[in-house]
Amino acid sequence: MILQAISFYAFAAVTVAAAVMVISARNPVHSVLFLILAFFNAAGLFVLMGAEFIAMILVIVYVGAVAVLFLFVVMMLDINFVELRQGFLQYLPIGALVGLVLLAELVLILGSWAIAPDTASRAAAPTPAITETTNTHAIGQVLYTDYIYLFQAAGLILLIAMIGAIVLTLRSREGVKRQRISDQVGRTREESVEVRHVEPGSGV
Amino acid sequence: MIEIGLSHYLTVAAILFTLGVFGIFLNRKNVIIILMSVELILLAVNINLVAFSIHLNDLAGQVFALLILAIAAAEAAIGLAVIVVYFRNRGSIAVEDINLMKG
Repeated sequence: MILQAISFYAFAAVTVAAAVMVISARNPVHSVLFLILAFFNAAGLFVLMGAEFIAMILVIVYVGAVAVLFLFVVMMLDINFVELRQGFLQYLPIGALVGLVLLAELVLILGSWAIAPDTASRAAAPTPAITETTNTHAIGQVLYTDYIYLFQAAGLILLIAMIGAIVLTLRSREGVKRQRISDQVGRTREESVEVRHVEPGSGV
Repeated sequence: MIEIGLSHYLTVAAILFTLGVFGIFLNRKNVIIILMSVELILLAVNINLVAFSIHLNDLAGQVFALLILAIAAAEAAIGLAVIVVYFRNRGSIAVEDINLMKG
């Protein structure tokens, strides 16, 4: 139990510290790296809670795909980040005010709320005991049956996002040589091979 | 303090959410950091969903978290594609310069 508490506080502290660094780091590359650190520690929190599948998906999807995407874009664009940081402190007071109000409201909700006593009996997809099935197995059993439409919708959204990103960023440049397979295949023997009689000693 | 329960995780999620909102205000000129702040907010929401899912023994919360993960990935991809296209056209991604539509 003490080990769980130590792990929780370590993961939570590193997550929050990394989040602070994400929004305050001078260099956006550092921001992305701290974002990766925050995601790793959040995955640790998920493992601690007992949601291993979500934790691993978090590492794969966020760290493996989204954070690397951010890193690529930050490095690809030639941006003057010093210029972008001007006026950094200008919005600090209003931002701090909004943040404090938001945090106060969240703490108020956290302090005053209680779960209805019969909530556990009304679970939409009750978790089977950990001795029966693993977390991944249990999620699979509800995800592909009860939530199949949502699953398909998520896949559709990812497809649309992929098509959208390609359509947005694809451009045809001048002077790029491309392979035209139809032209290659459509060649006939007559237009591509020629038989010549070469006189001995005179060359072509 | 030693017994780690639901409220501990909710507190972490609340702090992360606030930091995300704070980050949007703090980096008003840099779209990339704003997108990262949105990712932080979504992470906080995910922590909330999974914490409640574990507390209430209901797997639906984890399925929701999974879907939010997919949406977050799609949002990041589209957002970054828009940023790349905008940078190609205008040579800058400062939020203040994005005023062509005078909205």
